[in-house]
Amino acid sequence: MPIARQTHLKRLEAESIEIFREVAAAFENPVMLYSIGKDSSVMLHLAMKAFYPSKPPFPLLHVDTTWKFGEMIKFRDETAKRLGLDLIVHINEEGVARNMNPFDHGSANYTHVMKTEGLKQALDKHGFDAAFGGARRDEEKSRAKERIFSFRNKSHAWDPKNQRPELWNLFNTRVNKGESIRVFPLSNWTELDIWQYILTEKIPMVPLYFAAPRPVVTRDGTLIMVDDERFPLAPGEVVETKQVRFRTLGCYPLTGAVESDADTLEAIVEEMLTVKSSEREGRLIDSDESASMEKKKREGYF
Amino acid sequence: MNAPTKQSAAVSAFLADQETKSYLRVLTCGSVDDGKSTLIGRLLYDTKLLFEDQLAALRTDTKKYGTTGEDEFDLALLVDGLQAEREQGITIDVAYRFFSTDKRKFTIADTPGHEQYTRNMVTGASNSDLAIILIDARKGVLTQTRRHSFICSLIGIKHVVLAINKIDLVDHSQSRFDEIIADYKSFADDFGFKTLQPIPMSARYGDNVIERSENTPWYEGPCLLDYLENIQVGTSREQGPFRMPVQWVNRPNLDFRGFSGTIASGQIAPGDKLVVAKTGQASTVKEIVTADGNLAQAGPGEAVTITLEDEIDISRGDMLVAADNRPEVSDQIAAHLVWMGEEALLPGRAYLMKCGTRTVTATVTELKHKIGINNFRKLAAKTLDLNEVAFCNLSLSEPVAFDPYEDIHETGSFILIDRFANATVAAGMISFGLRRATNIHIQALDVNKKARAKLNEQRACALWFTGLSGSGKSTVANILEKKLHNLGRHTYVLDGDNLRHGLNRDLGFTDVDRVENIRRVGETTKLFVDAGLIVLVSFISPFRSERRMARDLLEDGEFLEVFVETPIEVCAERDPKGLYKKAMAGEIKNFTGIDSPYEFPENPEIRIDTTERTAEDLAEDILEYLKVGGYIG
Repeated sequence: MPIARQTHLKRLEAESIEIFREVAAAFENPVMLYSIGKDSSVMLHLAMKAFYPSKPPFPLLHVDTTWKFGEMIKFRDETAKRLGLDLIVHINEEGVARNMNPFDHGSANYTHVMKTEGLKQALDKHGFDAAFGGARRDEEKSRAKERIFSFRNKSHAWDPKNQRPELWNLFNTRVNKGESIRVFPLSNWTELDIWQYILTEKIPMVPLYFAAPRPVVTRDGTLIMVDDERFPLAPGEVVETKQVRFRTLGCYPLTGAVESDADTLEAIVEEMLTVKSSEREGRLIDSDESASMEKKKREGYF
Repeated sequence: MNAPTKQSAAVSAFLADQETKSYLRVLTCGSVDDGKSTLIGRLLYDTKLLFEDQLAALRTDTKKYGTTGEDEFDLALLVDGLQAEREQGITIDVAYRFFSTDKRKFTIADTPGHEQYTRNMVTGASNSDLAIILIDARKGVLTQTRRHSFICSLIGIKHVVLAINKIDLVDHSQSRFDEIIADYKSFADDFGFKTLQPIPMSARYGDNVIERSENTPWYEGPCLLDYLENIQVGTSREQGPFRMPVQWVNRPNLDFRGFSGTIASGQIAPGDKLVVAKTGQASTVKEIVTADGNLAQAGPGEAVTITLEDEIDISRGDMLVAADNRPEVSDQIAAHLVWMGEEALLPGRAYLMKCGTRTVTATVTELKHKIGINNFRKLAAKTLDLNEVAFCNLSLSEPVAFDPYEDIHETGSFILIDRFANATVAAGMISFGLRRATNIHIQALDVNKKARAKLNEQRACALWFTGLSGSGKSTVANILEKKLHNLGRHTYVLDGDNLRHGLNRDLGFTDVDRVENIRRVGETTKLFVDAGLIVLVSFISPFRSERRMARDLLEDGEFLEVFVETPIEVCAERDPKGLYKKAMAGEIKNFTGIDSPYEFPENPEIRIDTTERTAEDLAEDILEYLKVGGYIG
């Protein structure tokens, strides 16, 4: 009696689960980078499935740049509590002491210090030898080139010209002391797969993904939400209330909103099917300089 | 969030449709500049899968890096994502792209054409069902066309599209097209491809890519996309015997013990009889557990957790298999290897082998032959260099369960890993097990090492002196042996003089021979330690891997590495045998420290420096170490 062929999402789900289990079995001290967005939510959901009825045998790590949306932080803490998981929050205190912010220091410099440096500090502090990240190959050209198990040297750098061959599902999990592997269980998922899976599995999401009236300003052609009183208005800028949502989440001053009426998951999927721009357009840090993602990744960014 | 509004019927229909689409994993390969990246760019562009901002970025990139002039998009830039690739206009590593049509979802692995990046092409091939092999119509079949076709065949790809590209540059000539096909078939006939579809194409202008071109009226076959949407590549893993390598033992509490893994082949249902392949212990499936509830049955590719009716010993690396259809279990196997290491494969050197979820130590005992890429002839070989392919015998530190790769890829494939750099150095495909393993039994002897050592009133061990030529290894070892002898201890010295002239006289000084030399020394050392002696081994032994191998042959605490840490300047100055002078004059080849490397020990038990103290004092120090360690009373 042949069983029905695995559906597309079930196949992706099984592949991700296999990756999670391999890491749990082969590494001493893994961690999951939890960035609160939709990809992290899917990744976390898959991790819960992979080890059922056990809990995932690793903590979550959030590198808090201090400029995330308020709703993200609330959702983060609720999620960890709801699932009963350990959550490590790391803030680069040196950066805070220098009052690093995206307005005075430029997005590239600010991201490097608060995100990349913060991440490296946290990985070193806890001695993690494997770190899960929610990156997908369809997001960006240099990501499309990256392995599922991606080696990092002692200074967390990626060497794109010298990646380990990755054959079949035989992942090379060997590292020497101080070296680590970034693991991407969602490598082969597309943005559409992610939304479809969220819809099918009813995965809880940060409300920012759904359209609602929000206070925004238009800056350099991008809609930026004024999430708290720290946001400095330029002369002539006016805060307006618009029906907007976010396709991707990050630091609020660096994340562009889109005008939308999509306030349910179904509506989001429908909107996505007719959309004309890619989700990374909403991320201001990617367009800082050409090949900027690859550069950041080589320096240790996820 | 508002209350749920219109669950749009269109969205529901679309999603249902997505879920039932079939799936195809495609590889593009071929020589440099045959247009692989351009073809993928063309597919993405013509199937309207690019967003406006991506097109805008492509326009900018074309101006900056493009090779097509500004009036046209340089489509290859959509796929060549690394800066080095864009600057050099080549593909270095495999890129994965996803697209879907009304009928199917596709993953495309775009792989590099340069020979030096062949290992990245193999990476792409190992996870693909169909290969598009591109050929530049002007150039015809090239070495890389042969190499990639051969690797596709070796990896077990059964379906090939021969994309004869740049057909516009040969005036859309049918005779040129036919000529290339004939040429290709003349060597690829034995490659075991089930389908081979040649298509004349221009990736740059889109001819025969997503629709049939008017420029090739003589061509009656399908366009590329049509063909990819309709070809059936179904594998029959469902009909195969049940196999599941255990990845992780799931023990949330004392009442639950499940075995998590991904099913490699076959079907399973509660009540089915399973055995652990390696030990033959049997049990019955109790439940198939998933987070979405227990399953009535499960099949290939599903990630599940199985509980059994009986408490049997199972851990990661074991394989659960159908009781009535079991895999082979052996510690001696014959396999094809694609070598991916920068350093050559050395027979006799120990590598880590990951096969399924089990990792063991493996050495190549015999390189049967390598395979020449030009004519696919079998060639004799002593080593294997980057990107070469060979058939060989391997000996494993313990038996593993496997199926021939041809039958089940998931349980017949393995990788080899360098034990120090941790690099992945080979892809392996098992052909069969060598029966020898079951016929050689270790003789259990009543008088053992411990009994012999006790009679000698000492703990047997090996002092392994390593260091450059002229560092003072033999001098210290000889003094130490005299001291031990005077104390009434039973000793033996192994060094170049008594081994190179006899047991090892057939060996030279190439890397291959050095590895074999040390392997024999290691085995001899093991026998002498087994005889209860304190063995003083004095060999340059320049490679960490081989010293590690010798260490692994002995039990914990028996191998004492003595690093004679004399700097090369001092050794060359001493030059007791005049060898440095000759080596520097180029009269001796492969001389350690001059034109052959010495890899320093990382954690030797003993370090001695002959520049600061006399050999006599150093021997005394080692004697003290042996006393403190309880080797001698």
